[in-house]
Amino acid sequence: MYAVNYHRAASVADAAKLIKTGDAKLLSGGMTLIPAMKTRLAAPSDLVDLSRITELQGVKVSGKTVTIGAATTHHAVANDEKLKKACPAFSHLASLIGDPAVRHKGTIGGSIANNDPAADYPAALLALGATIVTNKREIAADKFFKGLFETSLKDGEIVTAVTFTAPAKAAYEKFRNPASRYAIVGVFVAKGKDGVSVAVTGAGDDGVFRSKEIEAALAKNFAASAVDGVKVPAKNLMTDLHASADYRANLIAVMAKRAVAAANA
Amino acid sequence: MSDVSLMVNGKRVSGAAEDRTLLVHFLRENLGLTGTHVGCDTSQCGACVVHVDGKAVKSCTMLAVQASGSTVLTIEGLANGADLHPVQAAFKEHHGLQCGFCTPGMIMTATDMISRHPEGLDEATVRAELDGNICRCTGYHNIVKAILAASKTMKGSKGKAKQAA
Repeated sequence: MYAVNYHRAASVADAAKLIKTGDAKLLSGGMTLIPAMKTRLAAPSDLVDLSRITELQGVKVSGKTVTIGAATTHHAVANDEKLKKACPAFSHLASLIGDPAVRHKGTIGGSIANNDPAADYPAALLALGATIVTNKREIAADKFFKGLFETSLKDGEIVTAVTFTAPAKAAYEKFRNPASRYAIVGVFVAKGKDGVSVAVTGAGDDGVFRSKEIEAALAKNFAASAVDGVKVPAKNLMTDLHASADYRANLIAVMAKRAVAAANA
Repeated sequence: MSDVSLMVNGKRVSGAAEDRTLLVHFLRENLGLTGTHVGCDTSQCGACVVHVDGKAVKSCTMLAVQASGSTVLTIEGLANGADLHPVQAAFKEHHGLQCGFCTPGMIMTATDMISRHPEGLDEATVRAELDGNICRCTGYHNIVKAILAASKTMKGSKGKAKQAA
């Protein structure tokens, strides 16, 4: 790791000032950034630690509206009792990220700002039509996730929370890479007042996306059997050492079926 | 450079460290607590697991300065004098180690796991929760047995086991 200067932000306003220092980066749980710095893939001059800012912590559920502070850890998301009742699929998703020690540190804000193409949260936020709140504005999830490791965040903009309406039914199914625990394919299915949405992570050449083919089939009949015969195109899917695009295309349908079955259970 | 001050195994410690110093290196090199190991150095193997403010974390993926102000429990802080912690005793009893390199991380993960599951543990949960700890000797069977046994012992004698403060 190259030398770096560490700053601990006391508030979001404080962080917004500190992030203007040199070539600074925001640090939350550090579960991606610190490994990237160790391998010198990232070499910020300064780090601005958001993890102890109290206004960024915690899960709030008010009726059907869920709001999660950006510095809330995966562990806290997975174990929040109110969230388990309002949207158990979301809690379940958080419990599948990394391993217990990673979940104790990693945060939802850090995960979505990094937008790893195999991260879990982007699938949930896209399928739920969530809103990403920053210190400057509110951004709809489908405008926020822009591609591989790219988001619509501007320089120095800080994610402060995510908010969404709990759907009537939802589930997340993940086919994990057994070594990295990232999704080879992860499918989040949600059925709410705006219809059915199906978001896929781990597979897209351009990051998280919605499967129009599966959504169309499920809009007519929200049953696992409705996915039978749906052909997910392999075009624009990733091929890497773990799986080919064709394999991922098939897995998307399989994971979607399992997710619908779980949502209906 | 920053001043890092921590409560480690019940003792207040402080020292200057470069901001890029990882917590594991601070523990091993500045404090001489070499029970915490560096295995993979890529957050996968779990040999470096310690408790920070009562939660198991990978100390190779955290800066020492990030932890400043926190309470840290390492493998050296588990036993009560000559009396092994119930998890350490169970690893000994059930032969939950061979070369021993992964053991400090396994034991710190196990104590965290047991404290998060006061209702008790089953084999499937133990195996799932060991996701972030790799052992290349044992094949895990005896590690799982040891954790299940320790979980039972500790359930039976609440308050006896020392937890992270």
